[in-house]
Amino acid sequence: MNWSWPFFFDYITNGLMMRGAWTTVWLSVVSMVLGLGLGIVAALMKMYGNALLRYIAEFYIWLFRGTPILIQLIIIYTGLPQLGIRLTVIESAILGLALNEGAYLAEIIRAGIMSVDKGQDDAARSVGMRWTQRMRFVILPQATRTIIPPLGNQFNGMLKTTSLASVISMEELMRSAQMLAQINFRVLEVYSVAALWYLLLVTIWSAIQVRIEAHYEKPFGPAAAVSPEAEKELKKALQQAGTAKI
Amino acid sequence: MSMDTQPTPQPHAEAPQTRPARGAKTLGEPVVIIENVRKAFGDNEVLRDVSMTIRKSEVVVICGRSGSGKSTLLRCIDQLETIDGGTIRAAGHLMGFRETGGRRVPLRDHEVARQQRDLGMVFQNFNLFPHISVIENIMLAPTRILGRPRAEVKDEARALLARVGLPEKENAYPRQLSGGQQQRVAIARALAMKPKVMLFDEPTSALDPETVSEVLDVMIDLSHAGMTMIVVTHEMGFARAAADRVVLMHGGEIVEDAPPDQFFTAPKSEHTRTFLSKMLSH
Ligand SMILES: Nc1ncnc2c1ncn2[C@@H]1O[C@H](COP(=O)(O)OP(=O)(O)OP(=O)(O)O)[C@@H](O)[C@H]1O
Ligand SMILES: [Mg+2]
Repeated sequence: MNWSWPFFFDYITNGLMMRGAWTTVWLSVVSMVLGLGLGIVAALMKMYGNALLRYIAEFYIWLFRGTPILIQLIIIYTGLPQLGIRLTVIESAILGLALNEGAYLAEIIRAGIMSVDKGQDDAARSVGMRWTQRMRFVILPQATRTIIPPLGNQFNGMLKTTSLASVISMEELMRSAQMLAQINFRVLEVYSVAALWYLLLVTIWSAIQVRIEAHYEKPFGPAAAVSPEAEKELKKALQQAGTAKI
Repeated sequence: MSMDTQPTPQPHAEAPQTRPARGAKTLGEPVVIIENVRKAFGDNEVLRDVSMTIRKSEVVVICGRSGSGKSTLLRCIDQLETIDGGTIRAAGHLMGFRETGGRRVPLRDHEVARQQRDLGMVFQNFNLFPHISVIENIMLAPTRILGRPRAEVKDEARALLARVGLPEKENAYPRQLSGGQQQRVAIARALAMKPKVMLFDEPTSALDPETVSEVLDVMIDLSHAGMTMIVVTHEMGFARAAADRVVLMHGGEIVEDAPPDQFFTAPKSEHTRTFLSKMLSH
């Protein structure tokens, strides 16, 4: 057996690994937030837009869900310069992850909006709200409740998907591990530590997720349930989102 | 108001005496003018040539069997549905359109929304906003849409809650209220925009029998305060107590439009007689 505890413990406190983990966290958060924005816009375009907007949204969703994120990242970072579009590693990583995430979130958000009772829109209209106000004050806040749980799962996935940005030399956790592995060749030790970091991040996120979900459930109480059709729609979106992104 | 703390007498029995004699009520200028309105869903002609006028402070009860087009008429007045023909004028607006040089141009979403502020609507299923508290339900539109100061709106909202008999419920969420309480909050929410006319679509149909009267009492109270009201309901007690006119719809048309006494005792239409005998046999 060739397992070195000293290397293992050294990697745990290694500064490069810690910086990598931190990069993984902020890269995930930034990409998720941008992806959420894209997802909302795409969902609204698909649901309420004219034919052209609907077509654009559907094309976007089709394209980014239909191709591996690895290829998307490589095209953005290595391919686009051929067209004169030069993005830094960080910009490329964020753009690729956000575009990919947005395509998945669009369907989840659409299901969430559809889960809001039609009467809510009537009521919002009847007090004189225009479309943007109905969305902002009535529909989206209620859709949030059904969107939050799958959104949390998506973020869990995002924390791990960022590791693919290592192929364009984004210095996140995975890339840090690769670099250390090349120095000492303690492959098992360093990737075990990387795996532990991911586990830690995901576990912390799960704890946060529980709190967020509880917060958004509060107005509805324990007994309130989502309508059966909405639940079916949501399950479908979840399944699609859950299928391997890589 | 003390509806919450003590049992109220049936409004059906008591209200006619507390109400000023019908002749004493002064009706003002027309607030809602409906002319030759048509509406179809696909091949299904739901409203065929409906015309009627409602004057200021008038209370009109609309009844008719299921599918006769009552809800659709209210929804057309409030522009929750667009009409296929005719004209609806309400609260000083030509609903859904703008007239430019004799031509009619359909309004855009935000222009329709501006008109809708002047009409209040109460739904069968309350449709309170479940994600915010009772007081926020009432305050949402005045603060966010009219941009009025929160403090001032809050005072008004509290006064409205007191008026509908729920002063202690301001921080409750809708799900924590009974159906009757939710409907009273829904009335307060509509009143918060100071509408010129209130539309009620079967406001008590989804309620337990015990809580029907608490909502009807609020509505009778509102009518005494001079509110112009169009009420779709099968509560004939309410019609007798508060209505100036009772209208029967049948197959998308108005087949009877008469003061309550005449509607109940000497209806002109065969459909009204059939309708009334069905109501009585229940
Ligand atoms: N959004 C819609 N799309 C298609 N058809 C509709 C729609 N809304 C109503 N209808 C149809 O229009 C007709 C009239 O409906 P409406 O709801 O106005 O009747 P109502 O008099 O209010 O009946 P009820 O007493 O059952 O509430 C019905 O045949 C109904 O199926
Ligand atoms: Mg109806």
